[in-house]
Amino acid sequence: MGRGALLNLRGLGQSLMMLAEATVFLPMTLGRRQRSEVFTQLYVTGIKSLGVITIVAAFTGMILALQTGLELRRFGLQQNIGTAVTVVMLREMGPFMTALIVAASVGSAIAAQVGTMVVSEEISALEIMSINPVRFLVTPRLLALALMMPILTIYTNILGIAGGALVGATQLQVSFQAYIDNAQLYAENKDLYVGLLKAFVFGIVIATTACHQGFIATEGAVGVGQATRRTVIIAFLVILVLGYMLTRLFYR
Amino acid sequence: MIRFENVTKRLGSRNVLDGFDMEVKVGEALVICGPSGMGKSVTLKHMVRLLTPDSGRVMVGDDCVSEARGRELERIRSRFGVLFQSGALLQWLSAGENVALPLREHTNMSDTEIERLAREKLRMVELEDAFDRAPSDLSGGMRKRVALARAIVTNPEIVLYDEPTSGLDPVTSRTVDELIDHLRKQLGITSVVVTHDLHSALAIGDRIAMLHNGKAVEVSAPAEFINSKNEVVRGFLEAQYITRRGPWEEGLQK
Repeated sequence: MGRGALLNLRGLGQSLMMLAEATVFLPMTLGRRQRSEVFTQLYVTGIKSLGVITIVAAFTGMILALQTGLELRRFGLQQNIGTAVTVVMLREMGPFMTALIVAASVGSAIAAQVGTMVVSEEISALEIMSINPVRFLVTPRLLALALMMPILTIYTNILGIAGGALVGATQLQVSFQAYIDNAQLYAENKDLYVGLLKAFVFGIVIATTACHQGFIATEGAVGVGQATRRTVIIAFLVILVLGYMLTRLFYR
Repeated sequence: MIRFENVTKRLGSRNVLDGFDMEVKVGEALVICGPSGMGKSVTLKHMVRLLTPDSGRVMVGDDCVSEARGRELERIRSRFGVLFQSGALLQWLSAGENVALPLREHTNMSDTEIERLAREKLRMVELEDAFDRAPSDLSGGMRKRVALARAIVTNPEIVLYDEPTSGLDPVTSRTVDELIDHLRKQLGITSVVVTHDLHSALAIGDRIAMLHNGKAVEVSAPAEFINSKNEVVRGFLEAQYITRRGPWEEGLQK
């Protein structure tokens, strides 16, 4: 138990050190020869996750609208689902659902790639060539996830709110216009900004966790598998806890 | 050129190197051989500080690589090229981009000049046509040759080869051996080759070092090595059908 806690603390320390080092290299990553890697990672993170995000986002909004709408209808307040869905999507579900999908798809892929590079000596080869693996691998992925997560979250929010409107119009007798008017009445810009801040932080968490787990992978394919599994679990837990803390910070 | 001074390295519960002393001379091809798990690759990794000794030190010329850090370590490492056992090519880059990588990272050369040099090195390993091919499209032997081109693209003083012929068929193995020998003679590179393939060792080595129980139990020229009275060496030679009567004779008879 005590040993496990110490190992977790050591892992946390290593992750934070790696994050700090990767941040120092940010200006270099924007240089001419490294820029293409950032664009590649932006593409991998953003475009390749779009399919799953589209489905999850739309259904999240639809489920939210249906569940809250059915309860509100008992009190004749179903016209308020516009606010309920929009505020929940902007503040919480948009960044949260996006982060879960990106952690499971992109995060696990990063951990697998870096882990495979470790066990196949590619990281050692980089070190011998005096190419800092953190600068070469972590910084572009960190930058791409930190930039792309808020963008993906905006996309998730739009689809989620649209999904809610669809359910409102077809099953709860709340017109599209009434849904939008109600949403605009109570949702604030702050809700959007806090959600985007969360998305930004979650992006950093996913990149850092995935790269760190990849770097500490050992024992061949089994180790790479474990790194992938640990990335998803750790990222999910940290996203949940940080999500709560940020909510607590901005909404008292 | 490279000197191990009383180096000890413990991995797990075992002393892989135990008061290990060895010297690699300028311009020579030293082959390190021995059974699996006797510290051949560990020895190689100490030369470029992928591992650090528990005690003792490793010198590269006047530089102590086992104590170097930061820029100093980068400078020492820049004297080396390394051919890893698996080739260690970056899978998402083409063969040409892999070879060009050290130049892109550490020089201000134009893209055209970098490509010209990368093609030139690929031509030296007879793979210029593979410039645009992905590592996954190449055979094991081709991957090793591309990795060799990458190892020499910065014109290093020393090239380390970790099991360069492992996993290759005999014909390709001999081709890689010839390439190593040719590059050393053509470019005057000091070579350190780790292998358990004694046929390779005898073909390309100026001297052969035999590792056993964390020490170099024999370091001698091929002709002396083959006649060694050391039991470990004899056992290793005989296991590969190599006797005093000649490397191939008995193997063929059997």
